[in-house]
Amino acid sequence: MSKSHRGTIIITIVAVSIAAALGTAYATRDKSTSGTSITAVGSTALQPFVEAAGEEYAKINLGTFVNVQGGGTGTGLSQVSQGAVDLGNSDVFAEEKEGINAKRLVDHQVAVVGIAPLLNKDIGLKDLSTAQLQAIFTGKVTNWQQIGGKNKKIVIINRAAGSGTRATFEKWGLLGKQSIEAQEQDSSGMVRSIVATTPGAISYAAFGYIDDTIVAASVNHVSPLNKNVASGMYPIWSYEHVYTKGKPTPTVAKFLNYLTSKEIQSTLVPKLGYISIHDMQVTRELNGNIIKK
Amino acid sequence: MDNITQKLMQKSESTKKDSLGRAVSLAALSLIVIVVISIFAFVMSRGLSTFFHDGVHVKDFLFGSTWNPSVVNPQTKQPYIGALPMIFGSFLVTFLAAIVATPFAIGTSLFMTEIAQKRGTKIMQPIIELLVGIPSVVYGFIGLTVVVPFIRSVFGGSGFGILSGTIVLFVMVLPTITSMTVDTLKSVPRHYRESALAIGATRWQMIYKVVLRAATPGILTAIVFGMARAFGEALAVQMVIGNAALMPHNLTSPASTLTSILTMGIGNTVMGSLQNDVLWTLAMILLLMSLVFNLVVRAIGRRGEMK
Repeated sequence: MSKSHRGTIIITIVAVSIAAALGTAYATRDKSTSGTSITAVGSTALQPFVEAAGEEYAKINLGTFVNVQGGGTGTGLSQVSQGAVDLGNSDVFAEEKEGINAKRLVDHQVAVVGIAPLLNKDIGLKDLSTAQLQAIFTGKVTNWQQIGGKNKKIVIINRAAGSGTRATFEKWGLLGKQSIEAQEQDSSGMVRSIVATTPGAISYAAFGYIDDTIVAASVNHVSPLNKNVASGMYPIWSYEHVYTKGKPTPTVAKFLNYLTSKEIQSTLVPKLGYISIHDMQVTRELNGNIIKK
Repeated sequence: MDNITQKLMQKSESTKKDSLGRAVSLAALSLIVIVVISIFAFVMSRGLSTFFHDGVHVKDFLFGSTWNPSVVNPQTKQPYIGALPMIFGSFLVTFLAAIVATPFAIGTSLFMTEIAQKRGTKIMQPIIELLVGIPSVVYGFIGLTVVVPFIRSVFGGSGFGILSGTIVLFVMVLPTITSMTVDTLKSVPRHYRESALAIGATRWQMIYKVVLRAATPGILTAIVFGMARAFGEALAVQMVIGNAALMPHNLTSPASTLTSILTMGIGNTVMGSLQNDVLWTLAMILLLMSLVFNLVVRAIGRRGEMK
């Protein structure tokens, strides 16, 4: 190989590989505009459900793809209100999120999730009232002894500010009070393992995360069980919302119907630790009014 | 005759290649410059909108110590956006990690270059290079499962905090500082050492009075590079520091860094809202700090040229 050809060869190789990369990227591009693909973005708490349901849906409706991404409730709501995605998954009502124009969004409630206070096993308490929860999370009591537990310092572990689980817990567990500034973790699995290993730790997570490494305390003498949420006895729960911008297109509407269908609600929903919306004997409005069905 | 004139007037094959090469490298350069400028412009425009669009005072942001952007202070009608705990936390873990890592790094690199050259280059070099390449999530995971419980059992509390963050970062920046220090020590001219030994210096005297003195600017550069890595590290620190936007009372109480608050919050806020803008401002501070680290490295390089 002569020296003068080397440069040309290198340039050719680079050009060809760039062209190949762009070509592959183009060939495998996201065909979300073609109408047979539904994109959902948002809440990581709701992600596994929509993902699993999407896979099932694609099996029966060949040619339709449901593309589900996380990113958080805030991302989901802002992307859907910009019209960048078809579905925005959220743990909270869009009205409760700052910076979102909820009037343009249509709410589809697809599941219910209950949230339980998690305690370290050594604390020696199994029941907390909402007043006690409030006192703990606002820093009024700092030792478990003050409310009948063992002599251990209270260690609060929060989810990240703005997370749906935290918003729900503060709204219904702390009756609207804000938690004091404390440790924050960005996933429920992490929260559970820290509560399990840290003496005196308290946090909160969805029912699906309850296991025997921690104590899931009952609230106002009502145990954190699905049936107590369904009857409206247990206070800390929220709807899982899927938002669309304006009325959903026929393709999207079909998928949303599938999400709330008997079949999915009785199989996938309980399997993933959510509560079926068909089981609920009460409905709760945005302002907190509870209505018996 | 005409043939020669024509040859002289026309561009030769080599000249054409020359200008082609020039064009290719210029294109590559301008692409990089455009990318850098647009990143800067984007982060700046987002970050500054906290001050211009949302009307937050720079002083309140930099020196306020309460961080809760979604709540408005009833007295001042301003949200709680004091970023001091994060800024302080970032600097604290960075400096502590650098302070702890530097003696170890210098010791290791002296051993590799001055004391046991053969073993140093054969065994230590690959090990150090391997350490540089370990992904930060691995360090964070080890920190979470080993360091945090250890701190908890020794010092009490939850184990999350500045100290755990420092230990994890120490291990992370050590290879960076070491490998750069090794390069610096190797570049100290051989005749410096020979002259020192010839006038009767012991090996330690030679190392201490000649080699380290000559390598000081390079070692400082290595430390600053290590600090830049520590300052920008997000994942590993986030896993062990506890992420509480509080001024740390002591080294074992939960704290936070700019990066940890940023990664925790970005998915839970809405683009264009104040809560999102303040996170961009944190990103802007990170960007400006990495610029500062770069300038410091340049300044050291210019001032410390061997005389």
